[in-house]
Amino acid sequence: MAQEKLYLYPIWLRFWHLINALLCLILIITGVSMQFSAPAIALVKFDTAVAIHNIAGIVLTVNYVIFFTGNLFTFNGKQYQIEFRGLINRLMTQGKYYAFGIFKGATPPFPITRENKFNPLQRFSYVFIMYLFVPVVFISGWALLYPQTIPTTIIGTSGLHLTDLFHIFSGFVISVFMVVHIYFCTIGKNPGANFKSIMNGYHEPH
Amino acid sequence: MREIYIRPSWLVIVLILLTIIIFAFNYSAEPLMYEDARQKSQTSPETSTTDLTQFPNAEENQNCFQCHGQSKYTYENTEQGRMVYQRMYTELIISPNDFYVSNHRSFKCTDCHSEEYKNFPHEGILRMEYKYTCLDCHEGDETYAHFYFEQIDAEFQESVHSEKHSDEFTCWMCHDPHTYKINARTNANIKETVIYDNTICLDCHSDFRRFQLLTDRERPNLIKSHDWLPNQELHISSVRCIECHTEKISDSVLVKHKVLSKEMAVRNCKECHSTNPELLASLYKYEAQEVRSRDGFFRGITTSESVVIGASRNLTLNIISLILFAGVLAGIGIHAFLRVIKK
Repeated sequence: MAQEKLYLYPIWLRFWHLINALLCLILIITGVSMQFSAPAIALVKFDTAVAIHNIAGIVLTVNYVIFFTGNLFTFNGKQYQIEFRGLINRLMTQGKYYAFGIFKGATPPFPITRENKFNPLQRFSYVFIMYLFVPVVFISGWALLYPQTIPTTIIGTSGLHLTDLFHIFSGFVISVFMVVHIYFCTIGKNPGANFKSIMNGYHEPH
Repeated sequence: MREIYIRPSWLVIVLILLTIIIFAFNYSAEPLMYEDARQKSQTSPETSTTDLTQFPNAEENQNCFQCHGQSKYTYENTEQGRMVYQRMYTELIISPNDFYVSNHRSFKCTDCHSEEYKNFPHEGILRMEYKYTCLDCHEGDETYAHFYFEQIDAEFQESVHSEKHSDEFTCWMCHDPHTYKINARTNANIKETVIYDNTICLDCHSDFRRFQLLTDRERPNLIKSHDWLPNQELHISSVRCIECHTEKISDSVLVKHKVLSKEMAVRNCKECHSTNPELLASLYKYEAQEVRSRDGFFRGITTSESVVIGASRNLTLNIISLILFAGVLAGIGIHAFLRVIKK
């Protein structure tokens, strides 16, 4: 059955996604530059990196509010709800497709529909990134922006150090996600199809 | 059958609430600026809470402390036959509380001061007595070799304090022998060490009365001169003045003594916020090493109090993260390659 183009990404979502992508890139570059700051060379000058990282982090939080509110009040929020029953099986099926089926030209096990625009692995990982790691990264980021507000000790350890560890660990996970996310977006009708979709809103079926 | 959905929005709400609870229950941060930082470490000389029985010279010293340990003293004017109450000059008050926790706590006052001070009223000529400096007692002493007194003195001789003020400026200006106690090596709390050390600088640089004793320069405005520093408050409470205002000479001396003129101070973020081993603040390096050797690697990662972005990174975690990242890239490369050839 020939599938028609699906309008999956409304304008607010595309706007949020574009801003989010740019901010994540800026934050990763400036974050890595600060974390791996070396005496002689720097990706970005240290004080400039700090200023850009702070501003981008603040804008990311505002942008997150758009995402969170949008998902709370529109149909898009349903895409991020995880059904527990059969979760492992669905994840395994999708995993097997990416590991083996894709090379044999098999049909994707979970075809994209309006109600189900993410496959199980996407849904699972997007929830972890958007509802766990991104909030942890901006909550800890805001705390580091006002370090004097961080309790000296939290559960017996240095509050500042713990906050820093949470921030850097979440930042690392998000960086890995970003690379994997961009790669998996090349799996579509053609390598550029999904990038086009997130720009114009329409998904082209395989 | 009814479907069970997890709504992830709750996760964010729980995270935010959890953060608020953790912060609210642990909140104790106090804003700390130059004046507060200095005053925070000063104690009241009025009352003694120390158990003096452990000090063999305490009884004899009490003869001095009964006047010099308080803000007022009394004596009998035998000429007029009446009791006189007088205020003690601030400079002459020694807090017994501070003295009996200081490095020189087992001393008799008359070990360093003239025996003649036992008589009251003290004779005027006693004011002219020679005041010992650190090297008078500590030079060439094997017991104190690990403190590098000679090296500290050599650094100090080249410092701006020594050059600008010549003989007027002695060890005593910063280290009162009555109250001086070793800190960086014994105190596990890095914040307290920072406050203790910075108080030494701020005692003159934020107290104009003392500052005026040595110079005719106008009152320094520390907040304004450090305006360029991001997060000034945090830097003041977490970093010792000497980290930026001294020239590093040797790693063995924990406290650098070659204080530079303000034009020579560090103004480049990367000198601390990087892995540069030459300039990495010695106190933090010492603290990180101590914590790791005392509490092991994992405790060392989480208990170290200092977080210096760019400097306090952990080499092992760095390598693990780079291996993981490289693994992900390799996985993607292999997957992409197989997709292309199997097409």
